[in-house]
Amino acid sequence: MIVILKYNAGNSTSVKNAVDRLGFDSIITSDPDLIANSEKIIFPGVGQAKSAMKYLKNCGLDRILKTAKQPVLGICLGLQLLCRFTEESDTECLGVFDSIVKKFPKKDRVPHIGWNNINNIKGEIFKDIKKEDDFYFVHSYYAEVNSSTVATCDYILPFSAALQKNNFFATQFHPEKSGKVGELILKNFLSL
Amino acid sequence: MLKKRIIPCLDIKDGRTVKGVNFVQIKDAGDPVELAKKYVEQNADELVFLDIMATLENRSTLVELVKKIAKEINIPFTVGGGIKTKEDAKTIIEAGADKISINSSAVKNPSLIKSIAGEFGCQCVTVAIDTKIVDGEWMVCIGAGTILSDLKAVDWAVEAEKLGAGEILLTSMEHDGTKNGFSIDILEKISSAVNIPVIASGGAGKMEHFKEVFMKTKVGAALAASIFHYGEISVVELKKYLSGNGVPVRLV
Repeated sequence: MIVILKYNAGNSTSVKNAVDRLGFDSIITSDPDLIANSEKIIFPGVGQAKSAMKYLKNCGLDRILKTAKQPVLGICLGLQLLCRFTEESDTECLGVFDSIVKKFPKKDRVPHIGWNNINNIKGEIFKDIKKEDDFYFVHSYYAEVNSSTVATCDYILPFSAALQKNNFFATQFHPEKSGKVGELILKNFLSL
Repeated sequence: MLKKRIIPCLDIKDGRTVKGVNFVQIKDAGDPVELAKKYVEQNADELVFLDIMATLENRSTLVELVKKIAKEINIPFTVGGGIKTKEDAKTIIEAGADKISINSSAVKNPSLIKSIAGEFGCQCVTVAIDTKIVDGEWMVCIGAGTILSDLKAVDWAVEAEKLGAGEILLTSMEHDGTKNGFSIDILEKISSAVNIPVIASGGAGKMEHFKEVFMKTKVGAALAASIFHYGEISVVELKKYLSGNGVPVRLV
């Protein structure tokens, strides 16, 4: 079973709609047992890091996510929460990726909202993605480029558009909102 | 490179898309779900969905419509109209909206911006400002343009950013529905005064107007309704034109 994590900072409905459109069965849940025993986990996120981390800890979902052996896909705030630390309210995160999440310097408009292209793409979730394809971003914080970076994006500075480490995948952009190319990425993940 | 966004707007009344001229003379413009799907096919970058008669009675109709649209489309969309509390915002976001837009309620209760941004992140909060010139000054109007406030548009945009707004949707009531072009004057002032993205709205009538607003102001997006609803300009055609004129847009 594919589970979409429901917590206090989700756009789980949007993600579920996208997964449905691709013809995969999934459920939205915050049940720790269902999540622990799932086939794949999608960890969406639209929200505030500190309140999200607090909620995950209170439900015991932080441990389940950190120790997951099945493929996990973090999206947007989901990516940031999988990192070690975020400057958003100085929050300790899950630490799957050894990356620090920082606030964009105000050299251009923040949040970074809109469609942007990505560079240096590698790995199976980018199968059939072309370098001129644009993806939808909406965020004020970014993960630094590090050894887990599998795609970069340039806005104010180069940052991680996607991360991957073992069974953990994460995108800063919203594949569920990035039209056909976004659906392709979701499909690549769901077909792993 | 970040692309300039083209955003069709669906004004909703009793579950139908409508369009007025200078905020009055409302005409029917089609089924919102069908229109939403058409715009996705045309490569629109986002959709904005405003319930212009937002009342408690039709709130459940709006939520059902948001759910239907969210099922059909794979691009971001914003919902506004009658959002007065953090709980209202939560209901709309849970129905599938990516961002909420607040207008009158933010003017009446500025701390609403802060409380929604605190819960869902500032990128979810679009502050919509309707403005018109009164005694030579761009002033903020509320109540779908019916009530003049004592706020200057530029001051209010700056204040909204400080409170946590992620984006400003600026509509010039002087230009809305006229098809005479966007208001370069107030859009330039506001896009220079704030450091969050600004969406230009009101007055688009031909493709040159979009080029002009992107060339002469720092807006990140341009929104229009009637020219798209009645098929006068297709989004595909518009983006091809903009790209040919040096404006970065998403073409795929």
